[in-house]
Amino acid sequence: MMSERSLRGQVAIAGVGETRYYKHGESPHPEFRLVLMAILEACRDAGIDPRDIDGFCSYSNDRNIPARLASALGTKRLRTSLMQWGGGGGGCCAAIANAAAAIRSGQADCVVVFRGLAQGQFGRYGRAAPARTVEGEPSYEVPYGVLSPAQRFAMKARRYMHENSVGHEALRSIAMAAYHHAQSNPRAVRYGKPLDEETYDNSRWIVEPFRLFDCCMENDGAAAAVLIPAERARDFPNKPVYILGAAAGADYRAAATSHNAPNYASATFATVATDLYASARVSPADVGSVQSYENFTGGVMMALAEHGFFKPEETSDFLRLDNLLAPHGKLPLNTSGGNLAECYMHGFELIIEATRQVRGTAINQVPRNDVALVIGGPMVFPVSNLMLGSEATL
Amino acid sequence: MTNSTGHIETTESYLPEGLAIPVAETDGLSAPYRAGLRDNRLLIQRCVACRNWQFGPEWICHKCHSFDVGWEEVPAEGVIYSWERAWHPVHPALKEAGPYLVVVVEVPQAGGVRLLGNLLGDPLVDVPIGAQVEGVFEHHRDSDPPYTLLQWRLLTDHSGDIGGS
Repeated sequence: MMSERSLRGQVAIAGVGETRYYKHGESPHPEFRLVLMAILEACRDAGIDPRDIDGFCSYSNDRNIPARLASALGTKRLRTSLMQWGGGGGGCCAAIANAAAAIRSGQADCVVVFRGLAQGQFGRYGRAAPARTVEGEPSYEVPYGVLSPAQRFAMKARRYMHENSVGHEALRSIAMAAYHHAQSNPRAVRYGKPLDEETYDNSRWIVEPFRLFDCCMENDGAAAAVLIPAERARDFPNKPVYILGAAAGADYRAAATSHNAPNYASATFATVATDLYASARVSPADVGSVQSYENFTGGVMMALAEHGFFKPEETSDFLRLDNLLAPHGKLPLNTSGGNLAECYMHGFELIIEATRQVRGTAINQVPRNDVALVIGGPMVFPVSNLMLGSEATL
Repeated sequence: MTNSTGHIETTESYLPEGLAIPVAETDGLSAPYRAGLRDNRLLIQRCVACRNWQFGPEWICHKCHSFDVGWEEVPAEGVIYSWERAWHPVHPALKEAGPYLVVVVEVPQAGGVRLLGNLLGDPLVDVPIGAQVEGVFEHHRDSDPPYTLLQWRLLTDHSGDIGGS
């Protein structure tokens, strides 16, 4: 049974901000400056003096360390510095949860959660760094030509598609939904680049079952959110967006080496989704929009099933394009364009989009906007997710 | 070719040379596995206390927490559990290599533990999940350090034409 201890309604997002999003390598600014710009924008949005931030929180081994940020910003009193373990976007929601926990437990009053990426400055993920020898987990993969994230995850999606008789149309719908929403979002890197079925079907294979459009972009930019205690939420100009729940982790032996996870055909949310719904005290039917991290479309497919929106055997029936479109689809998905078409900001752009949905200020606004779900990077370990809600849900 | 002890081995490399060479960790955890492959033997960890199979190797049995985790030889035979066909080269050595096939193989005689390998033969074949495969020890004896990969081929394919055309 779920503990009474919960973050539900205890902490609010007061401000969000992002830099301009760039194609990878095209940022005119270094990464640290991008992060400062995003933090200042989130503070401006919140109506908070950046010097009053007393905590910094990130994930995925972000390079922009709190001590340096605090000095650069003239932070009066640094109280909390938190890093979520794990790579990729698996920790994007956990970073929000960790910040909220620090606030709820009195360790901080105003925490900024952020992510910055400048790949021109620091190199890309989809290209492996040449090395002479390899040991540990990669030693079971690299010699067989399994090096990139796409190559490491494709076989999970393949197994799921085999077990549940899913065709490529399901993956295509996920890609097309993101591109569709990006066409009305001037922030989106793929704005003005619509995707149709023919273009998807004719795109080159990266690693079967993933085509080019099944794989996220890599981008430069930064994004940030400012968290405050719920009792102060009404002191700020924006409609408060409350954290209803958050969860992080992985199920039994999910990270067993050499593809030995017992629950292999999985996005790793089997236990994490259950925890989230229990802590947020909502059900899948309450969710008005979903931002689901696309490292690869196959991860979204499994993550949505694990969050209870359809049974695995219903995957092909559910994942049709019209079901996934804002404003009136059954489950509007990645309504700003997500990692595929807005920006690959390691999922932080998804948290910002969910916040705007609850505020009612999203570009592709959904009418059912009291509860918005964010699902962090699937198929890694640990993963994390986040439920945001309006005051009406408290 | 099949050698005198019944193992299939080859010195023909499925992928071009130049990818990182697999070595045991500095703490030696996977050293028995790596040494076994060089000797045409598939060794999988098995707990001495509770007989649980486990792979990849670990310092402790995940079932009973005994540190007395031994190694047992099992036949290099398995069943295809999942697969992928890689086209986009992500490493300079793979520039002309694609497409190539990777399979996840379950080894029923070792409690269903899974191994990764390449599926030898036609890279454009429609890979059947559930099909039986046999192991091929791919030796890189001139490499520094020398190493051996365990590759797979469909059991119905007895052409002996290892590595494909």
